[in-house]
Amino acid sequence: MALTDTITALQSDFGDLVLSEFRGQHRVTVCRAQMYDLLQALKVQHAFDMLVDVTCVDYLHYRGATDRFGLVYLLASTSTNARLTVRVLLNEPELTVPSVTPLWEGGNWLEREVWDMFGIRFDGHPDLRRILLPDEFTAHPLRKDYPLQGRGERHNFPVLARGDA
Amino acid sequence: MSLTAAEVRTDDQEQDYLWTLNFGPQHPATHTTLRIILKLDGERVVDAGPEIGYLHSGFEKLGEHLDFNQYVTVTDRMNYISPMANNVAWHHAVETLLGIELTPRCNYIRTVIAELARISDHLLSVGAMGLDTGAFTFFLYAFYQRELIYNIFETLCGARFTNSYTRVGGVMHDITPLTVEKIRTFVSEFPKTLNDMERLLNRNRIFVERTKDVGVLHRDDAINLSCSGPIARASGVTRDLRKDEPYLAYDDFDFQVCCAQAGDCFARYYVRMAEMWESLKIVEQAVENIPAGPVNVGVDERATLPSKDQVYQTIEGTITHFELVMANRGFQVPCEEAYSATEAPNGELGFYLVSDGSNVAYRARCRPPSFLHFALFPQLIRGHTLSDVVAVLGSLNIIAAELDR
Repeated sequence: MALTDTITALQSDFGDLVLSEFRGQHRVTVCRAQMYDLLQALKVQHAFDMLVDVTCVDYLHYRGATDRFGLVYLLASTSTNARLTVRVLLNEPELTVPSVTPLWEGGNWLEREVWDMFGIRFDGHPDLRRILLPDEFTAHPLRKDYPLQGRGERHNFPVLARGDA
Repeated sequence: MSLTAAEVRTDDQEQDYLWTLNFGPQHPATHTTLRIILKLDGERVVDAGPEIGYLHSGFEKLGEHLDFNQYVTVTDRMNYISPMANNVAWHHAVETLLGIELTPRCNYIRTVIAELARISDHLLSVGAMGLDTGAFTFFLYAFYQRELIYNIFETLCGARFTNSYTRVGGVMHDITPLTVEKIRTFVSEFPKTLNDMERLLNRNRIFVERTKDVGVLHRDDAINLSCSGPIARASGVTRDLRKDEPYLAYDDFDFQVCCAQAGDCFARYYVRMAEMWESLKIVEQAVENIPAGPVNVGVDERATLPSKDQVYQTIEGTITHFELVMANRGFQVPCEEAYSATEAPNGELGFYLVSDGSNVAYRARCRPPSFLHFALFPQLIRGHTLSDVVAVLGSLNIIAAELDR
């Protein structure tokens, strides 16, 4: 099977990978320093030509978790139909990772959303601005220390008179 | 609101003569609350900057506070053009995480409703595209057929628009003979309208000239920009999750994946029209062959809410009901993460679920196809005229509720 070959090749090229599998979905956890090289190798050598999604999980209240954030890259191949999940674990204060927009342009808005919602910065991103929330918003609301209700709501915004804007 | 330099990107002194036009968020041709800041040279679009977030309602945050059955009501409001497809996608993801194997009957019912939702979505998409390019009759033809699909859904689950029909391990109600009869009638009568619609626009000179060679997306760009669904297929990407990663009962049916090479607005319109024929084939095959047997997984598995008859009349039903609804009990969920995607009408609709063993997802990420497709817009419109903006927007079928979530 092509995917197991890919994983074996990755293991020999990048030493300390943590592999896991759940319901037939293969996951590779890589450290921050090797992340870009691994994703580049997956794209160039292993035909993972599509970046399906970039997302993040805040493990603040997760039972037994040792790292704060898990950045998730979901890759797919249009030629072999294989899928692979690449995870990068991050901790404060080092919340900056290299952007994958040079590899997949589709990562542009996905990374902007992760920045908006989790406050993880992407080095080399062409236009890292907030995407869903207004520019003056200060928090990153999908973090677990941000409550469901009470903060950042409409009545907390400053009221602008006509002409001030 | 004043525009910052980054928003309009007018850093070049020589481009002072360019016009900046604010298109949306309240504009009839955007259909939803989209905002695009266009930079115009006369009528030619030099650059476009989409600004999104006007309909952001924190669906992913809500997903961390609503349980697996409650959240289905929120998915209705994502792509509200085809809520059934979102329901199916959400519970497909939940069942992947929980490891629930659906009954054959449930698989067939979900396939039928997902394909009816696809027809309904494509009807709106091509209809609105026709409307924006001046074909009003075409739009009314499409909308009348959408009403018929709403009628079917109403008979099936009581709601026309926000269906919330699926449940973990099953569906809300079993399909009734009356619904099957309505679907049969629709399947036999819809081809006539679809033929009429094709004859109205496929060779209509006004429509073809407004859409051919407009907003061209090449195959490599489509893959690189994470396109999926009809938009990728119109650019020659032969990817369809129904064939590539068969889920539900799609393996049992004979249907084609519809692709085009051109990658322009007309190709996207054409692929959607062709997909409706294929969806109709699937609905026809599925509805005639719905297997007998239970629709939900067994009460013993403690994975699906039992019917009220079972709750009131059997001890197993009562126990299961309480086990699932009590706050300190609920579903048996592994502490794991899983991604699972379905081929929604607009493209790959996936959910990345993280669970910490409780009834509620720890993280419920939605991968919305519209979000990735709207990012294409500046690239597609550059160099075309202002009147092409609506044609390209229509062909991308951006649904703001799904885009902003």
